[in-house]
This record gives sequence, C-alpha cells and structure tokens, in this order.
Amino acid sequence: MSGTGALPISDGSLALSALLIGSNLAISSLLRLGLGRPLLLASARMVVQLLLVGGVLEWLFRQQDPLPILGLGLVMACIAAVSAVQRTRHRFAGIYWHSLVSVLAASSLVTGLALVGIIRPQPWFAPQYLIPLLGMVLGNTLNGISLGLDRLMESLVSQRDQVELRLCLGASRWEACREPVADAIRVGMVPTINSMLVMGLVSLPGMMTGQILEGGAPAAAVRYQIVILFMIAAATALGLVAVVLLAYLRLTSRDHQLRLERLRQVP
Amino acid sequence: MTTPLLLAWGLRKQVGERLLWHEITVSLGPGERLALVGPAGCGKTLLLRQLARLDPLDGGQVLLRGLPPQGWSLPRYRAQVAYLAQRPPMFAGTVGQNLAEPWTYRCHQGHSPQPERLLAWLDQLGRGPSFLGQDTGRLSGGETQLLALLRLLQLDPVVLLLDEPSASLDGATTLKLEALLLHWLQDGERALILTSHDPAQVQRTCDRQLELGS
Repeated sequence: MSGTGALPISDGSLALSALLIGSNLAISSLLRLGLGRPLLLASARMVVQLLLVGGVLEWLFRQQDPLPILGLGLVMACIAAVSAVQRTRHRFAGIYWHSLVSVLAASSLVTGLALVGIIRPQPWFAPQYLIPLLGMVLGNTLNGISLGLDRLMESLVSQRDQVELRLCLGASRWEACREPVADAIRVGMVPTINSMLVMGLVSLPGMMTGQILEGGAPAAAVRYQIVILFMIAAATALGLVAVVLLAYLRLTSRDHQLRLERLRQVP
Repeated sequence: MTTPLLLAWGLRKQVGERLLWHEITVSLGPGERLALVGPAGCGKTLLLRQLARLDPLDGGQVLLRGLPPQGWSLPRYRAQVAYLAQRPPMFAGTVGQNLAEPWTYRCHQGHSPQPERLLAWLDQLGRGPSFLGQDTGRLSGGETQLLALLRLLQLDPVVLLLDEPSASLDGATTLKLEALLLHWLQDGERALILTSHDPAQVQRTCDRQLELGS
C-alpha cells in the first residue's frame, strides 16, 4: 500500500466544512423540527470524539508492544458489546456478559485469523492494520447481535403459547425453540447479506474510499475490501449464533421449561 | 398397595406476596377422575401447569409411577402427563399437519401414529375424515378444542390435565367429548384431572374434587 498521501486539510478548511451543517440547522429552524440542539450536540460530539481518537491512534501507532494495542481492542469490544444490548427491548440478568463473550470471541478469532493467515503484517499486531480491521468487524458484529438478540426475546414472548404447546406435546426445549432461534439468526444476518449484495454498486465502503484518497490503486483497495467483507460476514455469523444460543439457554431450563420470568421489558 | 400413577405432595404457589395454595397433595390411581374446583383466579391453571412441570415447583415433589420427572426426562414425562391449555394454540397448516407435528419429536421416535384409531375418535365426535384436510385458521373455537384434545390423546398419555376442556363446545358435543374421555380412561391404566366452570360436568365426569383457594 504505497500512496502519495491525500491532500492535507488545514484548520481553516476544517472550520469551513462545519458550515455544511448550517444547512441542516437552517432547515430545522425553517420547518421548526426542533433538531437544532440535537444536531449541534451530535456534531460537537463527532468532532471531539474523532479528534481524540486521532490523538490516541497517533500515540498508539508508535507503540512496539502488543499490550496497549490489544488493550484498546478490548475497550472497543466492550463498547460494542454494551451498545449491542442497549438497542434491545428486553433484558435479562447476564445479557451484557453474553454479548461481551460473543463479540469478543467472534471478533478476536476472525481478526486474528485474518491478520496471521491472510494479510500478514509485520509484526502481526501492527496497529494500523489491527485497529481499523477490528473496528469494522466490531461495528458490524454489533448490529447483527443486536438484531438477533432482540428478535429472539421478542419472538419467545410473542410465541410463548406455541413454544409451551410443543413442550406439552413432548418436545425438548431445543425442538420447541428451534423456530424462534433460527429466525433470530436469519434476521441478524440480513444486513450483512444485503450490504454484500449491493457492495460497490450502491455503496463504496469507507475504507476503500480512504485507500483510494491515499493514492492507492483501486484494484488493491478492492482486494482489501473483499477480505474485510468476508471477515465481517464470518464474525457476524459467529457472534450472532453464540449470543442467540446463550440467550436461548438462559431463557429455558434444563427441565425443558420456558423461563420468561427472567426477562424484563425495557421501559 | 400399588403405586399411584401420579403422586404429588407439598405443592405450593406464591404469586408476589399472595400465597395461592400450599400443602397440596394429589394422588391418582388408575381410572380416577379428579376435578379442581374453586373461584376464578384461585390458581387452578397454575396447579395444572406445575403438575405438567411447565413452571418450576415452589416446593414439594411430583412422581409419575413412583419416578420424578427427571427420571423420565422431561419431554417423556410431559408426553405422559399431558396438559391441555384452556385456549390451546394451533400450528399453521391443516388439521392433519397439526396431528403429525408431535411425531417429529425425538421422544416419540419408535412410536407411530395410529390412523384407524384417530378416525374412530373423529367419528365419535361427529367429524368425518375430511376434517383432517381443513385449515386450522378456519376452525371454530369448539373444533379447535377437539383437535387439541386429539393431538394429545394420540400420544397415549397416562394422565390427562384438562383446563376447561369443553369451554367453547355446544351441549351435544360436550357430551360426546365426555363419553370419549370416559371410554379412553377404561382403555388402560389412565387417569385425568380437569377444571370446569360447569358443576354438572364435574358431576358427570369426576369421582373426586379438590377445592382450591379455601
């Protein structure tokens, strides 16, 4: 990946770009959408978070030791695990742990394999590879887990009678819950499959855009993108299956009962 | 003394702060028919659900032929101590598909459906073979209840737990259903527990009563 480097953006130009958000503010005040404050807050958060991350990454990329790099990866995984749960409409005790275990296992396995077996940077933990790859994998796994978990809890609640009917007819807890479980996994995979279907036609992914701006050859950027998408698909599937199965085990019992009293609805 | 088919003791149910019932003992021998009676909301359904081990026990123990449910494995226990809910749900598809579904479960492997017996039961209830092809979405409330009962009976349970089994049946069909149940009871070592809002039905079908919420 040798590039000429993208044109740098000066402080003045950066400030100029902030004027673009002015069009949103104008629309909001014209139509009285009441979006002025949230828009300003979101813009400010975005700028501050990104500038901070830029600083952290600069420091991180100078590190020779894998520990701080893996530490940052762990923090990212925790944030992903927590946000995955926060979008669900039901909770149970231990749901955050389930999410963290699934996110961590899936993303570290897939990112690790890709680094060691496919991309092979020197050293293997080279942060300019590890951190962005992990970030993309986490961002997508988080979506899958969130959708799948939410769907499983939702359908166990709405199909409770059906599930218990199967139990009464002699079904094991797996036979009784197979449909909701399969459905939850299917739903969680939909965004990943959809995005692969239209990839390049509708969306040019951010990393590819970045590589091209850096002066990289589009053909090389495309190859990276293909690897990333396979990583995302694999990690999403793994994390999703893990979290859905863990939740299924938690919401049923060894006595083949449905234990929905362990669920509480998020107000 | 022979072991009862179903023996339960020390059962209790607490909902929030309220103790619905406690120290409940149930002992059912072959051919026995027990009615659960009591005012609405006294927990009759909850007792049936505990006996079917759909809900965890708050106390006490349940034995089927002297063995705890874990000794049978819960799916096999439930196929023998069969609970029929008051408004039993249907699987999507036809009546025939509903009757076929349980046979795909592992605990019924090695057993097979007996179509002749099923047709005889349908005949007793005044339904012909064409009933099997009907879509369950178009059944009346009464037909749904009949189908749900046959779906259980075909699995050869030992104890039936029936929650208002004839709530949506007309008088004539109710009598046919009771006759079918009594006939089924004599066909082997079997027993039943039912709840009913109709004292006359309790009189006709049961030989004992257990009063809850007193």
